[in-house]
Amino acid sequence: MTSLDFSTTIGNTWFPAPTFTASGCASSGRELAQFFPLREMGGVVTKSVMSKVRTGRATPRMAETPSGMLNSIGLQGPGIDAFIAKDIPYLLEQKARIIVSIAGETVEEYSTLARKLRSVSGISAIEVNISCPNVENRGLVFACDPEASRRVIDGVRRTIGGELPIIAKLSPDVTDLVSIARGVVDAGADGLALINTVLGMVINVDTMRPHLGGKTGGLSGPAIRPIAVRAVYQVHAALPQVPILGMGGVASGKDALEMILAGASGVSIGTASFGNPTAIMKIQSELKQLLIDRGFTSLKQAIGYAHRPEAEQDND
Amino acid sequence: MSQINKSAAQLLAPIVSNKKVGQYHQIIINVGDLANLCKPGNFVAINVGGDSSSMILRRAFAISRVSVNSTFGGTMEIIAAPHGQGSKWLCAQGEGVVLDIVAPLGTAFGIPTEPVSVLLVGGGYGSAPLFGLAEVLNARSCRVDMLLGASTASKIYAPMEGKRAVNSMRIYTEDGSMGQVGRVTDPIAEIIKDLDIAVVYSCGPMAMLSAITKITDSLSVVHQCAVEEAMACGIGVCMTCVLPVENEDGTVSMLRSCIDGPVMDGSKVQWSLVGKQL
Repeated sequence: MTSLDFSTTIGNTWFPAPTFTASGCASSGRELAQFFPLREMGGVVTKSVMSKVRTGRATPRMAETPSGMLNSIGLQGPGIDAFIAKDIPYLLEQKARIIVSIAGETVEEYSTLARKLRSVSGISAIEVNISCPNVENRGLVFACDPEASRRVIDGVRRTIGGELPIIAKLSPDVTDLVSIARGVVDAGADGLALINTVLGMVINVDTMRPHLGGKTGGLSGPAIRPIAVRAVYQVHAALPQVPILGMGGVASGKDALEMILAGASGVSIGTASFGNPTAIMKIQSELKQLLIDRGFTSLKQAIGYAHRPEAEQDND
Repeated sequence: MSQINKSAAQLLAPIVSNKKVGQYHQIIINVGDLANLCKPGNFVAINVGGDSSSMILRRAFAISRVSVNSTFGGTMEIIAAPHGQGSKWLCAQGEGVVLDIVAPLGTAFGIPTEPVSVLLVGGGYGSAPLFGLAEVLNARSCRVDMLLGASTASKIYAPMEGKRAVNSMRIYTEDGSMGQVGRVTDPIAEIIKDLDIAVVYSCGPMAMLSAITKITDSLSVVHQCAVEEAMACGIGVCMTCVLPVENEDGTVSMLRSCIDGPVMDGSKVQWSLVGKQL
């Protein structure tokens, strides 16, 4: 049997496999645990948690679109205290590796969340979801504002200290993704999660109004995969040393390989788990085989392989 | 917290038969031993459109009936209406086609421990799971009476064999094309009093479930309803199918109709808040 080193690293943290859930697509893991052991994937990226209990947006919250879907949940969640009390112990008991995703409405809220997580043991990394409206700046999404993005990451970095890797989750709905990526890395992010959903809308032609309760929603699924691959490719070209978690419509091992070749150190699987609860296990085994078939002996060799010089390509 | 969907499994299951029944399709799927784990109220999530489909989400169907000792091994019956793209695809699949299913999902109807009188109320093809429920209740020696309603005759789902497990069945259509003219909710209060009904079970459109709750709230009767909300995942991860439900402490939470439902206590659902921002 051909041996393959399937492990990856993000910041100073080692993961045995490069496959993760995408935040908001696996709740806190319990629901998927019925279908496969959570420890068998790289890690669980938990649903972005805020300081307080959130009831979220009005229904309808979902619209299926060609090869994708729109969602408008509004970060419904239990709040950080209940999350730390109930969800972290459960995931540790399952021997799952945990990346906690946090979201805030102010720069201060992100720091507060980081402070609460600092004393929790067993967490592998923190994902900072900055695709939230900044209530201190007319609701402009942090991730669309380079300065606000930097300030959020800087606040989290200062609070958490130097140990726990910070992954900044960026929105593709920006003019210059690379400059935002560079900004958050300068502010202390160890890794990047690319991409969050793409803002979209569906209008119901019977009611002749926006279909979703929240009017706009995040588009996910294979429909956005080329956008995600492009984003990963561009950011990896500019910042080759920064690990990227690639996501956006990954539904097969081939899709995951595309992300890896574009420059991702790992892939997150989100919407695919909605249609197939065992999607992550399927993608993981397909990806392994595809890497072996192409002669790679480690996942790391394949990261960013699509960027190699033309001459090298000709020799292959 | 107890394990979520602890009986659920994903499997490839062949269609045994697909028959048109009025406007609907009765589809029977060979699910083997999984049939033993399905309870009335549970649902199944089915992949639609085939491998290259642009429809990425499963479609949820109430499991209307199971048979554990049919000639095909364990089978599951669903009743589908070919309304959307996904259900049209499913209704067009014939015998032998293998479906990717996840089941059984969600909560089940609670069955009384005593042989009490119960009323089953179905709207449109929401009546489908009530026939399987009627059989279970009948086996518990409950007196089962049934009310079915729809806008018009062709939307009533009432298979002949379904009548065996019920004491009486009354049909209401808004246009009078079948049964009595009117709504299924018209006679409920009277029936509850006359037959000393202990539990009302309902399945159908949300407006009907809400209207039944208004009646049952003023009477000392339990109302178990199977709700219908648009779902993306069916397994509790996407948070799209939520409904406002009152907690024990009087606060209201957005509960997932896929794992905290589809069967819910009608008196706890905050019907006036459905579709509103809390």
